[in-house]
Amino acid sequence: MNKFEEIVAFVRQHCGQSVDIDEAMTPRGVRIQASDLHKVCEKLHEDPAMYFDMLSCVTAVDNGVEAGTIDIVYNLYSIPFNSHFTLKVVVSREQPELDTVSDIWKTANWHEREAWDLLGVKFRGHPDLRRILLPADWEGHPLRKDYKHAEYYRDIKVD
Amino acid sequence: MSSDNVQYVYNPEGLQLSEPNKFRVEDLRSEEMIINLGPQHPSTHGVLRLEVLLDGEIIRDVVPHIGYLHRCFEKHAENLPFNQVIPFVDRLDYVAAMNCEHVYAMGVERMLGIAEQIPKRVEYVRVLVAELNRISSHFIAIGTYGMDMGAFTPFFWVMRDREHILRLLEWASGARMLYNYIWIGGLFYDLPVGFEERCTEFIKYIKPKLVELEEILINNKIFIDRTAKVGVLPLELAINCGVTGPVLRGSGLRFDLRRVDGYSVYPELDFDIPIGEGRMGAVGDCWDRTWVRMQEIHESVKIIEQCLARLTTDYKRTRDFDPQAMVPKKIRPKAQDFYIRGETPKGELGFFFRADGRSDIPYRCKCRSCSFVNLSVLPEISRGILIADLIAILGTIDVVMGEVDR
Amino acid sequence: MKGFLDQRFENGGFIITKLEDLINWARLSSMFPMTFGIACCAIEFMSTGTTVYDMDRFGMAPRATPRQSDVMIVAGTVTFKMAERIKRLYEQMAEPRYVISMGSCSNCGGPYWQHGYHVVKGVQRVVPVDVYVPGCPPRPEALIGGFLQLQEKIRNESVVGPKAIERLIAKESASDNKMEKSIAS
Repeated sequence: MNKFEEIVAFVRQHCGQSVDIDEAMTPRGVRIQASDLHKVCEKLHEDPAMYFDMLSCVTAVDNGVEAGTIDIVYNLYSIPFNSHFTLKVVVSREQPELDTVSDIWKTANWHEREAWDLLGVKFRGHPDLRRILLPADWEGHPLRKDYKHAEYYRDIKVD
Repeated sequence: MSSDNVQYVYNPEGLQLSEPNKFRVEDLRSEEMIINLGPQHPSTHGVLRLEVLLDGEIIRDVVPHIGYLHRCFEKHAENLPFNQVIPFVDRLDYVAAMNCEHVYAMGVERMLGIAEQIPKRVEYVRVLVAELNRISSHFIAIGTYGMDMGAFTPFFWVMRDREHILRLLEWASGARMLYNYIWIGGLFYDLPVGFEERCTEFIKYIKPKLVELEEILINNKIFIDRTAKVGVLPLELAINCGVTGPVLRGSGLRFDLRRVDGYSVYPELDFDIPIGEGRMGAVGDCWDRTWVRMQEIHESVKIIEQCLARLTTDYKRTRDFDPQAMVPKKIRPKAQDFYIRGETPKGELGFFFRADGRSDIPYRCKCRSCSFVNLSVLPEISRGILIADLIAILGTIDVVMGEVDR
Repeated sequence: MKGFLDQRFENGGFIITKLEDLINWARLSSMFPMTFGIACCAIEFMSTGTTVYDMDRFGMAPRATPRQSDVMIVAGTVTFKMAERIKRLYEQMAEPRYVISMGSCSNCGGPYWQHGYHVVKGVQRVVPVDVYVPGCPPRPEALIGGFLQLQEKIRNESVVGPKAIERLIAKESASDNKMEKSIAS
């Protein structure tokens, strides 16, 4: 679509490193590198022709122990232009770290806390990165594919 | 370890905090204090814990602590086939279960590519039950909000009217609240014979009741005094925080996914989108949001009337209609990432699917729930107000903890 | 039409009954549940309290604070984060106190029994339960059935300890002491 190609060109313009169009994504989007994330998001948010003012969803997907990566998918939506866009960032599973976008969209604050809680993805610069859904002394990150729960949590049997 | 037996052992040292406060007592100034609106509180609408930093009666900061109802929906979705996840989707927003199922089923159907082949009658029935559930969800929102404000009568009226809706839905699907009715590719059963007539009677019955409800609660002087100009949510902040639904519409933006995305048969139906106009003071205050919900009930009644008209004329029931005709035997979408969103009574409910193309179990199914995002706006609009106003604001955000914690 | 009590006891103002029956009748006719809704079952609990399936006709008036309530109706899924709170609330209730476990999530973990890492598989792992009400969610009539079961249980309670069993226990512990003394000496 015309609008999609405009957005991809815009992203390529502001990205230092490689931008790949990901075909199997709905709504359509691109895969970018983790170091470009914050800059691209800021530009997409502020530019009057793009104006992605709403961040719908931040999802972290664990690709498994063999692949050794974690995908983080950002679904963006622009209310005035009614256009969707997806950004995908791939980080390593052993040290999943990337920059936060919670200073651009306040939505990301809680979504990133949830990604940390359930998958262990650290966000640099997040104002308050602590567990949000699980108790503060829970061990492990449950949505990882190799998660095994403990036998007892504080004297109550888990299983 | 007294875990499995029924014997109970009192252990006073055993009480530990599972969720420490964000603020510590040592860091406070001398006039500040931390008050805990704990998970058990009649006005927190479920198990939400609010840690409030107070200066006298004025709030300096509110920190919501959630997760008391975290039921591992996403873990279940990673281990069960797409169609077996539907009862869990029900239990996300349990007061508006049909809407959640509708969004989920639509998402999977679009992934499989069968969305165009769903029979029209099925689509109209889906919209009919979804709008009935929207009315019932707004009833609960308005009724419990009135109860928080101290008005007990509207709550009882609203629950009595809600019983009629629940009985209609029980007749159609078999259960009062958590239906498992909208399946991927169709419905579980068709509507029972006589349903359309009963539903028309219900619509005729409910219209004067809505007028009564508006008179007793929404236009009540005391209610207006308590809610007008309280908790004003500016539009910029609302969009930046990702707020959707009646909370966003109360701040003046005519944004409804039923019109914007135009999914299912909503483009063929005629209804308005009410927005908050600041009738009682400020645009985006608590009164506006409640008024938007009230008007949405009227719009849902209009939609239901149109659906019933079509279901009795154009898409009449026939003897050989099978609502499970398009239910796929094997649900194996191609490998893709898919994001579907729909308008539930609380706002935008979105599902992010990652299908790996090799099995009928989703590799990842993330639920972007409206209440989770709507609740994050609470600290932003509650600084510098009184505690009673905090309760007023929390009621209008209309949180359902099943959705927040998933 | 005379009132209920007048009809039952027509012969003047004397009622002869056991003290236990009187106390139990007073207790079961005015159980105050604590408003403790966690999840979907809480909505059905609210429906039971409203006009259609009135709970107040059994004497149940919901109280917000655990200090003033007799029965805690655990309605909804119990998670590990919430389990500590439930224990604390249970300990704050004054005796005699009862627990009704409403819904299959608090009976046994419910639909989340299989992969729910954060769900306690049954609230009986945290507090002792008196009545289990099955259903997901239980119909209001089912919950009222649960109340009636609890009332039956209270009706058969005894205010004083059963004398025969106490004598038996005393005899057994006395014989144990004698045996220990004979082994030690």
